[in-house]
Amino acid sequence: MSHVSAVVRPPLVTGGKSYHDITEDVCRQVEGKPTASWKIVFGISTIVLLLGTASVFWTWWDGLGNWGLNKTVGWAWDITNFVWWVGIGHAGTLISAILLLFRQKWRTSVNRAAEAMTIFAVICAASFILMHAGRAWLAYWCIPFPNTYGSIWVNFNSPLVWDVFAISTYFSVSCLFWYVGLIPDLATIRDRAKNKVSKYIYGLLSMGWNGNTKTWFRYEYVSLILAGISTPLVLSVHTIVSFDFATSVIPGWHTTIFPPYFVAGAIFSGFAMVNNLLLIIRWTFKLQDYITIEHIETMNKIITVTGSIVGIAYITEFFIAAYSGVEYESYAFINRAFGPYWWAYWAMMSCNVITPQFFWVRSIRRSITWTFALSVVVNIGMWFERFVIIVTSLHRDYIPSSWAMFSPTIIDIGDYVFTFGLFFFLFLLFAKYLPVINMAEVKGVMKSSSERFPYKVKPNTKKPGEHVTE
Amino acid sequence: MENTTKRYWRGIEELRNDPEFVKNAHREFADSSDITDGGGTYRRDFLKMLGFGVAAVSLAACEAPVRKVIPYLNKPVDVEPGIANWYASTFTDGGEYCSVLVKTREGRPIKIEGNPQSSISQGGVGTRVHASVLSLYDNEKLRDPQKGGKKVEWTALDKEVAAGLASAQNIRIISGTILSPTTKAVIEAFKAKYPSTVHVSYDANSAYGLTQVHGGQLPAFDFSKAKVIVSLDADFLGTWIAPDEFSKQWAAGRKLSSAKGGNKEMSRHYDFSTLMTLTGANADYRGRLKPSQSGLVASTLLRLVGGSSSTADVKIEFLEKAAKDLKAAAPGTTLVVSGSNDPNVQVVVAEINRILGNYGTTIAGTSNYKQGNDAAFDGFVNDLKGGRVDAVLFYGANPVYDSPRGKEIADALSRTKLSVSFADRADETASLCQFIAPDSHYLESWGDAEPKPGFYSIVQPTISTIFNTRQAQSSLLTWAGQNADYYEFLTQNWATNILKTASKEAWNKAVYEGVFEPAKGTVAAAPAVTGDLITALGKVSGTYKASSTVMEFIPYEKVGMGTGSQANNPWLQEFPDPISKATWDNYAAISQATAKKLGVHQNDMVKLEIAGKEAIELPVLIQPGQTNDTVSVAIGYGRSKAGKAADGVGKNVFPWINSVGAEIKVTPTGSQYKWGIGQTQTHNTVMARESVLQETILAKYQENVQAGRFIPKIQTSEGAKDATDITLWNGHEKKNHSWGMVIDLNLCTGCGSCVVSCQAENNVPVVGRKEVVMRREMHWIRIDRYYSSVQPKEGESIFQELETLEIASDNPEVVFQPMLCQHCSNAPCETVCPVLATTHSNEGMNQMTYNRCIGTRYCANNCPYKVRRFNWFKYFDEDRFPYNFNNDLGKMVINPEVTVRSRGVMEKCSFCVQRIQATKLAAKRERRRPYANEVQVACSQSCSTGAIIFGDMNNPESEISQVLAVEQQGRAFHMLEEINVLPQISYLTKIRNKDAADSQAPHKEEEHKENEHKHPKSHV
Repeated sequence: MSHVSAVVRPPLVTGGKSYHDITEDVCRQVEGKPTASWKIVFGISTIVLLLGTASVFWTWWDGLGNWGLNKTVGWAWDITNFVWWVGIGHAGTLISAILLLFRQKWRTSVNRAAEAMTIFAVICAASFILMHAGRAWLAYWCIPFPNTYGSIWVNFNSPLVWDVFAISTYFSVSCLFWYVGLIPDLATIRDRAKNKVSKYIYGLLSMGWNGNTKTWFRYEYVSLILAGISTPLVLSVHTIVSFDFATSVIPGWHTTIFPPYFVAGAIFSGFAMVNNLLLIIRWTFKLQDYITIEHIETMNKIITVTGSIVGIAYITEFFIAAYSGVEYESYAFINRAFGPYWWAYWAMMSCNVITPQFFWVRSIRRSITWTFALSVVVNIGMWFERFVIIVTSLHRDYIPSSWAMFSPTIIDIGDYVFTFGLFFFLFLLFAKYLPVINMAEVKGVMKSSSERFPYKVKPNTKKPGEHVTE
Repeated sequence: MENTTKRYWRGIEELRNDPEFVKNAHREFADSSDITDGGGTYRRDFLKMLGFGVAAVSLAACEAPVRKVIPYLNKPVDVEPGIANWYASTFTDGGEYCSVLVKTREGRPIKIEGNPQSSISQGGVGTRVHASVLSLYDNEKLRDPQKGGKKVEWTALDKEVAAGLASAQNIRIISGTILSPTTKAVIEAFKAKYPSTVHVSYDANSAYGLTQVHGGQLPAFDFSKAKVIVSLDADFLGTWIAPDEFSKQWAAGRKLSSAKGGNKEMSRHYDFSTLMTLTGANADYRGRLKPSQSGLVASTLLRLVGGSSSTADVKIEFLEKAAKDLKAAAPGTTLVVSGSNDPNVQVVVAEINRILGNYGTTIAGTSNYKQGNDAAFDGFVNDLKGGRVDAVLFYGANPVYDSPRGKEIADALSRTKLSVSFADRADETASLCQFIAPDSHYLESWGDAEPKPGFYSIVQPTISTIFNTRQAQSSLLTWAGQNADYYEFLTQNWATNILKTASKEAWNKAVYEGVFEPAKGTVAAAPAVTGDLITALGKVSGTYKASSTVMEFIPYEKVGMGTGSQANNPWLQEFPDPISKATWDNYAAISQATAKKLGVHQNDMVKLEIAGKEAIELPVLIQPGQTNDTVSVAIGYGRSKAGKAADGVGKNVFPWINSVGAEIKVTPTGSQYKWGIGQTQTHNTVMARESVLQETILAKYQENVQAGRFIPKIQTSEGAKDATDITLWNGHEKKNHSWGMVIDLNLCTGCGSCVVSCQAENNVPVVGRKEVVMRREMHWIRIDRYYSSVQPKEGESIFQELETLEIASDNPEVVFQPMLCQHCSNAPCETVCPVLATTHSNEGMNQMTYNRCIGTRYCANNCPYKVRRFNWFKYFDEDRFPYNFNNDLGKMVINPEVTVRSRGVMEKCSFCVQRIQATKLAAKRERRRPYANEVQVACSQSCSTGAIIFGDMNNPESEISQVLAVEQQGRAFHMLEEINVLPQISYLTKIRNKDAADSQAPHKEEEHKENEHKHPKSHV
């Protein structure tokens, strides 16, 4: 992975780190005892998860009538949350696959956490697929399997079946990619482990990694192949999710612009989520030298690009609605902006179209506080985008007699909270017990992109996290 | 193959017939010892044991529900399990009448259909008649006779009541209208034994004013002969006297045909009313008036048609126009009806009809529907209060609840020595009586009815009494010391007075047909009019005012609930009112302008006060079309002792029923109605969507049968094409049948009897008010009701225009559009279901496989018509839905041919596929094709006006094919044609008999051309 970069590029690793420093900095929190702050946050996540689980249990036990849905609005928070979580997952794959192929070295510090985020986000998304089915216990019927029900097959015309394939492929490839990337680092932890249990567990997980050239060679190749497989997935998964809407006949859903618009939106929200998570990790685990302002800035640039694509898509939708002359289509869009759910629409517009434009200002996109705040706003906006698409299209479609309003119930909220609990529960476990930065790959870019040549350095006298301004 | 004697042996042993071989010949394997484990346990046995063990353990873990299925020890004659039996019978409830056919399965009545033999109801069935089968299985009915609220034996009750009667001096029988001549004979027999008996009838919703001026008789009307109809506060299509009968007559004058030489004339209907009623909604012209003006409207009309009237004139929109049309029509071809209960007004109306020559043509003969005598009833209440009544028997009457002086009766009832009610439950009156001798339901009883003089019909039992009840007639006969067998009494009475023959055949024929009617063509004489016009006009002048500024009250009856006698029927409670679309409530309905004036909104609670009456609090419902400064509240609600479904639903306004036009004070309480009023439709206008609703006026239709049609075109590189010419799909073959439907928007009055019929046929669950508020009602067919919008002004932007279109105009035109699954040939629901739970049949139907459904709801989302219904909860068996499905008795109404849907699955109209299959099966067994119009679905069968035609579009002889053959180039349209889903249901345009200048519908053709740049309606 080492190749020559222009000298003018800012370093990707600061602080004059040596190879050993990297190992030390990353392994520190894996090997140490859980910190008090981790315990507190993990405790909160567990409580949230338990409360959410109670809500999900009640949804399954008592019926979907506990949600605010009705005869007209058959999907609302469930599918909004599903698409939102799937969208968030996209950043991980984009970073690990496309940026790998494009040889973007800065991805090495962020890809591990981003991939973990992807996997957990997809799990959260999948929970809504199961939850939203009226008879969730039969959801496996969506999978084509040989059966004795009179040879009933799935409906290959249905975008929901495509979804099943898309999401499950995406999930398995993401898991594989993530795990393969973890192996060298797991071996490092194994080698450093002092107690038997850790040695055994990390030994098992690292699958006999011995670090010889051939192993490294295979590792690089597998990564490349998986990147090749994942790359189309980055585009296909959200394209297929968008087909749920695009192939329907409902005004506001039935639009050909959805695939690119959804993919851009997914990357947009995914990067915002990565920003949020990394800023927290960077601070709590004191990894400022690896996840630098340069990283943050680069991701903010991507947010601006994808956010602008999304903005243009919004405007294009409006234009097409007017230009097509289809009265239902026109009405759907006028209703979005000026109907009963106008607030959701304008929340979406301001969060998604205006927010990323702030990043044109250098000081804002390099500001930790601004980045964090605006990333949160972006994810709120993207949630509203899905809400607007799903609910405002359904609630007033063709036949005015059936027009209805949707308002969420406490269980709607509880089920959404469940996925937050689940996500942070899993993510915190990951952050504690697995290396949050890909040590091996960061070491790989040290020669070209570190602030200092990584050999023959004096013993590091600086405290970790302190910036070097030589 | 050729015959051959060749034989193959399994081996040389077989050829030799070895004894060893013969011994083992039956075994599959020659020697199985080598495949066992040698321990004596065979592999197969092991697997069997293992399988059994697993099954046994898992079975033991499941709690198998205990369901009692008891086979017939001796199979009753005529009862074949799985095959329905039909019996002709008659529904009566007070003056309500319908000749019916009752479908029974294994001895359970499960469905009511109309009896086409009856020349009166002619196969039409109203909502309450449909729902009456559920009232049979009402879990709250009394199981036994009662004394002072405790169970008692019939013999003990008979003894005590007879003793009480013997010692009584002034006996009163209080009843509603009794249509049965034999019941009247029973009462006569009773009177013979107890000569002090006086029989007093009253009607909860009285028409005494009308009968009074016709010599105590209710005139019979014939709307079919009327070219101009004027209704003055008479909701004859919804609730007035005999709405199903009148609807049929009315529809006869409204049926159009686009064929060359087909009928292109229709009656013109004016309605002048305070309320937006079904009649007002279906009228071509509607004028609004305040209740305090109603008498003067009649007298003004009288003057306008040429009568002498000296009263003050009132200005009502379209009144002069109505008078002009009345005068212009040939004598005897018009009809003016008034719903007023003021005899003076009825005298004026009678005079109008006399001048127009309607007596003898459109008003001919009499009918028995309303026999109540308000004066006699008042006398009874006074006697009761004065302690001048010793014994009182309530038969088919609940005056404590449904009479204006109910409270007085309740207080005075204890002064009688003996009080008996025949009610089926301890209702408001019965619970105050000493004895309740529960009457059987009409489906458990013998009886008869005479809706019009000479027209008889028979009530025959379709099930033996479910509880320990006894027909009221038998009770009366017992107490009169006669033979208590009412069946015998009935047959004797028929033999002597009705059939006038003792022949068993004649009786059997009458029972079989359900009706016994005079020969066709018997002309009834015009009823006599009594009452002095001059006096009446004087009184009208004194009572009514030409204009008033005060807030006025008007009570009304709802189409579903009626007078509340069947209030504990969940089907009726959940039946959406055809106009307001509200379920489970009555409410204070006010117009938009009045709401603005009072500063109240929908669901705000208001206190209603009328001087001298107890105040009530009700939620507000905004009702477009109601006269400003009036408040209307429906009767029939506010029951307190009817049962779970009815008690506490709404408020009782019977005490106010005579306060029509009284000044009412409306004060907002500042609180909101919890959850709100459950309406099945909350958006009232069609938003100028021409592909949803297509209408025009008669004059334009006469010029061009396609007037009002919206024909979408799609621009392509080869020019404009029909929307249905471009498709992605291959279509479905319909080689055998192609089931379809035509719905005539011009004939549909919106009455909604199809909704209840469908509910009964298809086991549609009742979900309760909260779920309706959540917009989750389950009805498979609904009637969309649209008000015409305020017309957007010139130069409004599209945003303003859309906002304006959302507002119903003050006096809107109304359209009813029955909506059910359209059975699209390119069904959007079918493509999106991941598990193929909804598929297309080869007969053009969109089918739902409940067992396969996993409940993603994608199909419902993708349905452009929003006709799919989801089981959000286990509606059929949960305590929080304590309606008919919640108890074993209520479950007896379930149609065994239709699956009861479980939680989490989607459902929708199936085109009554069970009926189609049954008919096909019957035809197959008889080795023939189904006849042209053999299959009737629940909605089409129940439609009084024939607005719904169902049939096989592949059979050229079927009615639907014949209609479509004509109308496809005329009025027929597919809803949302441009999305090319190709529904199997066609609608026929709504035609109003209106002058172009008065029409509120957008003048499509002209406007379209002018504004093409502004409203491009075609796809590009």
